[in-house]
Amino acid sequence: MNFTIIINEYQLYLTGLWTTLWLVSFSLLLGLCIAIPAGIFKSSKNKFIRLPISAYIYFFRGTPLLIQLFIIYYGSAQSEFLRSSWIWDYLQNAWFCALLAFTLNTGAYTAEIVRGVIAAMPKGEIEAAKAYGMSPLQILRRISLPNSIRRALPAYSNEVIFMIHSSAIAGIITIMDITGAARVVNGRYYAPVEAFSTAAMLYLCLTFTTIFIFKQWEKHLQI
Amino acid sequence: MRKISLLISILILSFNVSARQWKNIRIEVEGLYPPFSKSEPDGTVSGFEIDIAHALCTKMKAKCTLIKIDWDALIPSLLVHKGDAIMASMDITKQRKMKVAFSDKYLQIPASFVALKGTGYKGTNTFMKDKKIGVQRSSTMDLYVSENFPSAIIKRYNSVDEMYLDLKAARLNYILGNYIATKTGLLEKKGGNKFAFVGPKLSNPKWFGEGVGVVVRKGDKDLVIQFNAAIKAIRADGTYKKIQDHYFTFDAYSGKKQ
Repeated sequence: MNFTIIINEYQLYLTGLWTTLWLVSFSLLLGLCIAIPAGIFKSSKNKFIRLPISAYIYFFRGTPLLIQLFIIYYGSAQSEFLRSSWIWDYLQNAWFCALLAFTLNTGAYTAEIVRGVIAAMPKGEIEAAKAYGMSPLQILRRISLPNSIRRALPAYSNEVIFMIHSSAIAGIITIMDITGAARVVNGRYYAPVEAFSTAAMLYLCLTFTTIFIFKQWEKHLQI
Repeated sequence: MRKISLLISILILSFNVSARQWKNIRIEVEGLYPPFSKSEPDGTVSGFEIDIAHALCTKMKAKCTLIKIDWDALIPSLLVHKGDAIMASMDITKQRKMKVAFSDKYLQIPASFVALKGTGYKGTNTFMKDKKIGVQRSSTMDLYVSENFPSAIIKRYNSVDEMYLDLKAARLNYILGNYIATKTGLLEKKGGNKFAFVGPKLSNPKWFGEGVGVVVRKGDKDLVIQFNAAIKAIRADGTYKKIQDHYFTFDAYSGKKQ
């Protein structure tokens, strides 16, 4: 064991940590923007709204993230049509492909969480709010939203942690995230134990910080 | 008397150990680097280095098993005894010598940049600024590009195939690869005629080493001796030239024209 090489290459790991951080945070944020409407309209009575949303969720929950990333990254490059259109300006970047794959993936999983929370909304609370004469907007703001967030948090914190861990595959399409940095260090010094246990430590730190933040948030909501 | 016989038997034993003849050798190959080493549809490997490996084993009268391992994992696998030797176009470099031992060279091919036809090239850091360069991760080319063009955007790939795909998709401006491997694997393949070599052939030993040798663990000095003798033997009796002429039109041992 020789951890001096890690100290020599700490900059690689720092850039890796930064890449993982922004990649995961942005995909979670954008994923949430997809998930909330998708989750709400999944139980819509209109077939033309419900079916496309179901198909989207079904596909992205039904296939591995790695395959989705490969399809987006290598698949897009095979299509002449895509390559001559404006969208290629984005798709030619590895980071954009990763962001797209991660966003769509987490969006699908989170939509399912949102749908579950809505379906399990206690009817009595809403009826009581109506009886008090609250408008639908007031009900949403005062009753259903806080209640839903409280119930969704544990499941969502799981999704965030899964996303941090799944982001390790970004290294496959040349992105220098934490795992990518570990692979470069391993390649330079042939020290897999040192290189990858450092990466594991960084992931542990990220995960524990996430868990801590969600714990505090849950506590804050439990009035 | 008994003590003396014990001493003699210890001496004989230790002599045997020091001159241990390897009878079973597991050779790690990559299988993703035509024409040196490529995978056939039936799962076997073939190519120049594979033929050389078989020739060396015949000379050493050893039974060799070829194991296919990813480029990244070749040296780590060797160090944990998953294999005994590596023959995967691995150049003899200072950095690698810190971890493993090398036999004498059996192959030497220069490296060269490839880009879309008509692309300009200057080997300076300012010219390469923000240019996307693809290399195989932890290869000698990776080292060269990382040290000489720090202002370029360096993309590191697991295998050269993924790198070729990204060059064709215009995600890369340049790739730096083995002259022959890129010629066979990219330029002479379908869709490869849009690309060409740019700049000079690179072979500065500071980055590209002193040629390709068989890699073994540092402790296995006897195996190095065995491989060196076998390399010398196939060079002397014409076996090497026969295999070389089957694949190349130049001298693969020095990387120069015949």
